[in-house]
Amino acid sequence: MSLSTADVEKVARLARLAMNDQELQAAQAQLNNIFGLIAEMQAVDTKGVEPMSHSQDLAQRLREDRVTEPNQREAFQAVAPQVEQGLYLVPQVIE
Amino acid sequence: MQWEIVIGLEVHTQLSTNTKIFSGASTAFGAEPNTQADAVSIALPGVLPVLNKGAVERAIRFGLATGAHIANRSVFARKNYFYPDLPKGYQISQFDLPVVGQGALTIQVEPLSGNAKPYEKTVRITRAHLEEDAGKSLHGDFHGMTGIDLNRAGTPLLEIVSEPDMCSAAEAVAYAKALHTLVRWIGICDGNMQEGSFRCDVNVSVRKPGQPLGTRREIKNLNSFKFMQQAIDYEVQWQIDTIENGGKVQQATVLFNPDTGETRAMRSKEDAHDYRYFPDPDLLPLEISNDWIEQVRGTLPELPQAKQARYVNDLGLSTYDASVLTSSREMADFFEAALGDASEQAKICANWIIGEVSAQLNRDGLDMTQCPITAQQLGGMLTRIADGTISNSGAKEVFRTMWAEGGSADAIIEAKGLKQVSDSGAIEALVDEIISANAEKVAEYRSGKDKLFGFFVGLAMKASKGKANPAQLNDILKKKLEG
Repeated sequence: MSLSTADVEKVARLARLAMNDQELQAAQAQLNNIFGLIAEMQAVDTKGVEPMSHSQDLAQRLREDRVTEPNQREAFQAVAPQVEQGLYLVPQVIE
Repeated sequence: MQWEIVIGLEVHTQLSTNTKIFSGASTAFGAEPNTQADAVSIALPGVLPVLNKGAVERAIRFGLATGAHIANRSVFARKNYFYPDLPKGYQISQFDLPVVGQGALTIQVEPLSGNAKPYEKTVRITRAHLEEDAGKSLHGDFHGMTGIDLNRAGTPLLEIVSEPDMCSAAEAVAYAKALHTLVRWIGICDGNMQEGSFRCDVNVSVRKPGQPLGTRREIKNLNSFKFMQQAIDYEVQWQIDTIENGGKVQQATVLFNPDTGETRAMRSKEDAHDYRYFPDPDLLPLEISNDWIEQVRGTLPELPQAKQARYVNDLGLSTYDASVLTSSREMADFFEAALGDASEQAKICANWIIGEVSAQLNRDGLDMTQCPITAQQLGGMLTRIADGTISNSGAKEVFRTMWAEGGSADAIIEAKGLKQVSDSGAIEALVDEIISANAEKVAEYRSGKDKLFGFFVGLAMKASKGKANPAQLNDILKKKLEG
């Protein structure tokens, strides 16, 4: 399997990445290299092997349902580009 | 030819934990903007999610309550999309390995029109999975900018997905209501629809009988049962009209406008929301041991459906009474506490709760938890009805007083002199007096004017100041009048 330029453009759009032609071509080549690697792995016989969802053979540690985080709004908002009435301001989004 | 309606629901229930699903920030409703948005909620670089045990336990409770399989191993996945109220650029959700597998919910459907009878139906639940809620975008007066409040970001949700098993607005509403009752019943969600704790997305399509499924449109974010019914009715008619006029239904997400009663397409699925799900490398698989599942099972209350069956089979209540009494856990608890061991009084106890208590709560704009009289107070009054101390009209007076001023039934009966006369000697004396004072009417009665019986009852009740035991009075009066 290999990616067309159109595929790369679509992925870039979904990831909100603006890419010029040169970058698109570079990304296409890099991604196709990765697909080459995946193709090699696909060739391995994994019959009877349970798919793994994490590289470490561990289970999720759970947290007790207790409030531990104090209000740090002031500290967080000190580094935000724009805030007003406690809200983070962003360019307008219209559905 | 008739059209068939096919409906499936996705319900987002906000889990009633103290903290967020992946961090220790509070989830209390109504806080100042962003005061509960910690480093994880606002997605500062380098933070890591740590799963809340309380959220997982609530998911297990739901699975057990719907007879579903609980996955011993489930996986969190990233659902990728861009929106400013989702600062990570992805929502942590579950995809192919959800925590709760297939279950079912049996519902009572009240048809909305005609003389159709209520019926029972079982709706299959495809799955239920844990995920995090997004924040809120405020499009107010911010110089052309959008304000973002991330207090809600990271609030735990259980998304409950049904099979497309419903075929009318009535069935969809009945299912949503049953689910709403259940999640409150088992204590996993406060069910507050105004605050968005229980939000429904409804998938609707139409087809001719026997044909494959039609193209569906999804009505998003319904937060009232009334709107749900109106939205489905409108949407179904719109789809039928579109097809009958030669058009085609396009798959779309629509919003319901309560002011116009119409549904309107929100955005095309052109970008087909390619969410590019993949397992979240920040979270290890969630393992749930059978021990934990059994431990949770041990804490589940008797479920509404089981309770309903018991009320019908053991207490002899009608299906209707049983379903009203099990419409909330508070109502059922009140009924059982008022009834106590006196199961032979189940019917009269049910009548009082469904009748007087509910009506009075309604008038005062209260819910069951705010009821000014306790179940014990009501139970005390029922005992006095059963043992003949007070008549039904006396009971109504006791009830009114109890509601307004409080006090036990016995104290009120004593203070107001409501104890009915059950002494047959006293009643006989009173009846004798009436018969001798009304010789003419007695003669008329005896010559066949049966209707006069009520006249004598009235006189006797008046003479006893309403305190004569009505059944006893009837017997004695009848005997004496027949001579």
